Formats: sequence, structure tokens, C-alpha cells
Amino acid sequence: MAVVPAEIGLIVAGLLFCVGLAGVLVRRNIIFILLSLEIMLNACGLAFVVAGAHWRQPDGQVMYFFILTMAAAETAVGLSLILQMYRRFSSLDTHAINKMRG
Amino acid sequence: MLSLLWLVPILPLAGFLILALGGARLSRKVTSAVGVGSVGFSTAAATLVSISFVWFTPKEGSYSQTLWEWMRVGDFAPSVTFYLDALSLTMMVVVTVVGLLIHIYSTAFMASDEGYSRFFAYMNLFVASMLILVLADNLLLLYLGWEGVGLCSYLLIGFWYRERENAQAAMKAFLVTRIGDTVFAIGIFLLFVSVGTLQIQPILDAVSGYPVGAPLCTTAALLLLGGAVGKSAQLPLQTWLPDAMVGPTPVSALIHAATMVTAGVYLIARTHVLFAMSPMAMFIVAIIGTATLLLAAFSALAQDDIKRILAYSTISQIGYMFLALGVGAWAAAIYHFVTHAFFKSALFLGAGIVIKALHEEHDIFRMGGLRRSLPTTFKAFMAAALTLVAVPPLTLTFNSKDFILNEVWLSGDAGRVLWVLATIGTFLTAGYTFRLVFVVFFGSGPKSLEEQPSQWMVVPFAILAVLGLAAGFPELLNAAFGAQGFYGFLQSAMPGPIREFDSHSGVWLFQAIYIATSVAGIALTYLLYSLAPQYVRSIASTFVGSRLRLWWLAGWGFDWLYRKLIITPYVRLARLNRDDFVDAVYVGLERASQGANHLLSLTVNGNVRWYVAGLAAGAVIVMGLVVVL
Repeated sequence: MAVVPAEIGLIVAGLLFCVGLAGVLVRRNIIFILLSLEIMLNACGLAFVVAGAHWRQPDGQVMYFFILTMAAAETAVGLSLILQMYRRFSSLDTHAINKMRG
Repeated sequence: MLSLLWLVPILPLAGFLILALGGARLSRKVTSAVGVGSVGFSTAAATLVSISFVWFTPKEGSYSQTLWEWMRVGDFAPSVTFYLDALSLTMMVVVTVVGLLIHIYSTAFMASDEGYSRFFAYMNLFVASMLILVLADNLLLLYLGWEGVGLCSYLLIGFWYRERENAQAAMKAFLVTRIGDTVFAIGIFLLFVSVGTLQIQPILDAVSGYPVGAPLCTTAALLLLGGAVGKSAQLPLQTWLPDAMVGPTPVSALIHAATMVTAGVYLIARTHVLFAMSPMAMFIVAIIGTATLLLAAFSALAQDDIKRILAYSTISQIGYMFLALGVGAWAAAIYHFVTHAFFKSALFLGAGIVIKALHEEHDIFRMGGLRRSLPTTFKAFMAAALTLVAVPPLTLTFNSKDFILNEVWLSGDAGRVLWVLATIGTFLTAGYTFRLVFVVFFGSGPKSLEEQPSQWMVVPFAILAVLGLAAGFPELLNAAFGAQGFYGFLQSAMPGPIREFDSHSGVWLFQAIYIATSVAGIALTYLLYSLAPQYVRSIASTFVGSRLRLWWLAGWGFDWLYRKLIITPYVRLARLNRDDFVDAVYVGLERASQGANHLLSLTVNGNVRWYVAGLAAGAVIVMGLVVVL
């Protein structure tokens, strides 16, 4: 099995992170923002795995499990909040709930 | 008996408290009873104390009674102590007796006024403050009374406060005397710092240890003089007194003629040892007195308002007292204070009766012929006027002013110049007094009035006029039998330089000069105002005459001068600073932080994507910095 160089893995992780960030910034639909956040989390997880492989340490994969668990919890909370938001405002547009202005 | 002393100031104070707390809830009868009764009992206590003081004079010549320690801050421990000697006894008796008579008069004069209980509350507070002032043993207590009478003066000048003019006059009196009070306070501080006590007698003992003309004595004396000048309406702070006449007439009689305005004279007499240590300060006192007595007498000649004539006359007579103090004739000054308190308050009470009888008429040229319609008032007024002018054969007594003039003549070369000026002053005194008498009581006028003044007003007025006449009586006894008169009694408390004429004929010569001057003044006035009034009109209509008249009518234009010199520049300065340019820095600081706040709050727009963008940008910048640095 050919070894993928660490640089390539990190570049992919960075690109994925940027895609996720762009999604968070550009999208107005809150479900897509949540999806983009997941992408960003997975990009971080990928970076951990690549780094763990590079240094031949298991820590990177351990770290990924933490991120996975955290992401699951975050999605659960996030989805329930989205459900509430839809009930209350009957919209998923983040602009509709920018009531907490300074 | 002497231990009753504390009752003298406390009783009017209690009266004030009752009237102030009871207010309009008390009926008029109760108000009069409390208002007059408190001063009446105070007078009784004062009389008992005086009798026992005169008969059983304490060995040291004074009596002091400590009530309690006022405060204690380190070594500084002034006490509430009353001090009685010949000087404060004289003042106390005059204040209570004149105060009582004027309170009785006021029950009739103010009978239909809605502020009846307020009036008596203020008057009682005034009498209490004045008594504290004259009985005070230390300068701090004296200052308490000093400010108390100033406050009452303010309250009573502005008694009819609904009229703007009255409120302004009250404010003016308060502010002008405040200048003097501030100077006086600085003088007290100076004395405390250099002598270490505020008790008057120890201060005087300490001061007499200095060499004559020591800078400390001169400075302290001049600072105290500043206070005296303000309170006693002398040059250059005399402008408030004529305007103070807008107050009720009993107030003008009690506060602005008999008692409060002479507080300055009392202050200088009380601290006469200090003044005697500084020839320069004494000379300034004499100069101020002479200048004031002349300027005020000229102004009195030109006034039309009966109360303003008397006000200028008061300023002029206090000028005589200052002149006496300036040449070291302490006893003569206080003697003149006593007679002045009686006859001037009598004149004011008479003026009040006339004003009330003619329905608030103040202009003397719209009066006339009142000697037929107000016969009793005329007689008493005439007696008081003759006492003011001093014509011994008619008034049967020696006049206190003659003591002053004699002392001035004998005080040295500079004294002769002042004597000439002061004698011109007696001529003018006769002029303005009898101008008033001739215009108001002689000439044509109504035969009778709709209603005669109440006996409650006429009787106290007549008593005061008689007291004024009689005030010189002890001296007649002195001259005739060599008994120690009132003058000698005062001199025992305030020993001044003994000055005597070389011969008896000198006394009589000078007496003749004074009588001649007064009689000449009366005669000229009779000629001008009774026999040939057209001369006055023709003089007043010439260019110089009319200008001079207007100038004197305005009190030599001091108000105008102060307006130009002090008030206008001050108002301009205040206008300049209307926008608070000093505050600009602080206002700018506040504006800047407010602007920054607005900018920052723009970023809190509730839009979650902006926040994320901010977070990301911040992270990039921080990481970029880490990489670069």
C-alpha cells in the first residue's frame, strides 16, 4: 500500500476546512450551516489522523474518536435547536433570528 | 441675678422655634403673644441682669457664663459662653428695649399681613442672633450671631418676596454684606493662627503685647474692618442699605437703623485694643467714617422717598460712629450708637405711620400738612428729628454727636481737618432732616385723615422718641453735679485716651459752634422749603443743579460704578464660559467613548455568520502574527 505523504493529507484537511468555513459563512439555511460545521470538524479529525500517522503515534486516532463523539452530541443538540427554531419562526433562515442585536 | 444672662438670647430663640414650627396653625393672638412675649421676657431678664451688674459690679468688671462646650478639635475648643461688660450690657439693653417696642408696633403695623407668623418668627430669630452677637465671648460665637442677623436681614428685606424688586434688594444686601463677612472670616482665621485662641479677651491681651503698628495688628484690624464696613454700610460697601428699605418699615427700624447695621461699630469697639495697636488702621477707619458721613448726607438731601432719606441718614450717622472709633473715642461712638438707636428707630416708626396713613405713599412731595392730621405723630417725630440734629436748648440734653466732634478736634492736626468736614456734616444733617420735616408735616395738606393710626403704633413710637431725647440726660447730671454719667460708665469698659479742653470756655465755645451750625441748617431749610420753594425748583432746574441732584439721588452713582466695574465684566466672563470650555476635555472624552461604543455595537448585529467570519478572521490574523513574528 502506497504511503500517502503527510503534506497531501494536511492539504486535503485544510481544503476541507476551508470548504466547511465557506459553507458556514455563505449559507443562510441553518441546516447547511450545521452540515458545514460537521465538515470542518471532520477536516480537523483528518488533520489529527494524518499527524498521528506521520509520527506513528496512536494519539491522533484517539483524538479523532473524541471529535466524533463531540460531533455526535453537537449534532443532536443542534438539530433539536433547529427544530425549536422552525417551530417558533417557521423559517430556517438565520437572518430571521438576528434579534439579539447589540 | 447675673446668672439669668443665658435667658436673654434663649427666650427669643424659643419664640422663633415655636412660631416657626407652629406657623400659620397658631392664631394671630397666640402669634403676637409668643412673638412679643418672648422679647418682653428677654427684656425683663436683660433689665434684671443690668441692674444687678451696675449695682454689684464684679471685681474684674465683667461677668462670663459658659453654657457648654461647642466642639473640640484638638486644641481648638470654642465654648458657648456669654460675656457681659459695660459695652455688651449697653448693646444688650438697647437691642432688647428697641426690639420690644418695635415688636409691639409690628403687631399693629403687620396686622393685616398674611405672613404674620412668619414675620414674627424672623423678627424673634433676629433678636436672638443679635443678642448672641453682642454677648459672644469668642469670635466664633460672634460670627454665628453675625451670620444670623445677616440671614434675618435677607429674609426680612425680601419679606414681600412676590415682588421681584424686593427679592433683588434682599439678594443685593446679602451678597454685598457677604463680601465683608468673608473678609471678616479671614481676619478671624488670621487671629486664630497667630494667637491660637478665638476668645476675644485673651486675643486682646495677646495683641497688646505686640509693638504698636505691628504688621499682624494692622492686617487683622483691617480685615475686621472689612467685615464692619460691609455690615454697617460704610464706604465702599454702603450700596445695599438704601435698597434694603423695600422691607417692612419695622424691619427698617430695627435691623437697618437701630441694631444690625451698628454691628460693625460694636465689632470695632469690642476689639478696640487691636485697633489701638495699629494707628494706620485707625486712620483708615476715621477716613472711611468721614467720607461716608459726607457722601451719605449729600445723597439724603436729594432723595424723595421718605425711607431712603432715613436710610442715607443712617449711613451718615454710622459714619460719625466710625469717625469716633477712628480717633479712639470708643465711648463716644457707643454713646452715639445708643442715642441713634432710639431716635432713628423712632423716625422710621414715624415714617411707617405716615406711609400707612397715606396708603403706601413714599414720596415726601406728595405728603404735606400732616402736623394737623397726625398731631401726636408730628410731636414725636419732631422730638426725634431734633435729637438727630442736636439742638441742646430745645432737646434739653447734650448730644452724643458733640462728644464725637470734640474728640475729633482734640485728636491732633489731621483731626482738625476731619472736624471741619464732620461739622459740615452736621449742617447737612440739619438740612436733610428738616427738609423731610418741613415737606411732610408743614405746608398744605388734608385737615384730617380717614382713620387715625392705631395706638399700638403711636405709643411705642413716642416712647422711642422720648428715650432718644432722654439718652443725653445722664450727661446733663454729669455736667451739673459731676456724677459718673453713662459716658463715664462706657469709658470704664473701654478706656481711651483722655482728651480735655484746656478750659471750660472751650467746651462752651464748641457747643455754641455745633448749635449754630445746626440752627443755620434748619433755618436755611425753612427758607428754602417752607418760605420760598420756588428757589429750590429754580436751583434744581439749572443744568448743574439737575445733574447734581440726579447724581446724589443715585447715591453718587456707586451702583453704576459697581455695575460697570464688577457686574458687567463678571457677567461677560460667565457668558464667555456659557459653553463650558473648561469642560471641553471631559466632554470630548465622553463623546469619544460614546462613539467607540456605537462603532462596536454595530458589529453585534445578531447575524451569526458575521460572528463566525469575525472569529475566522481573528484566528487567521493571530496565526499570521505567530508565523510572521
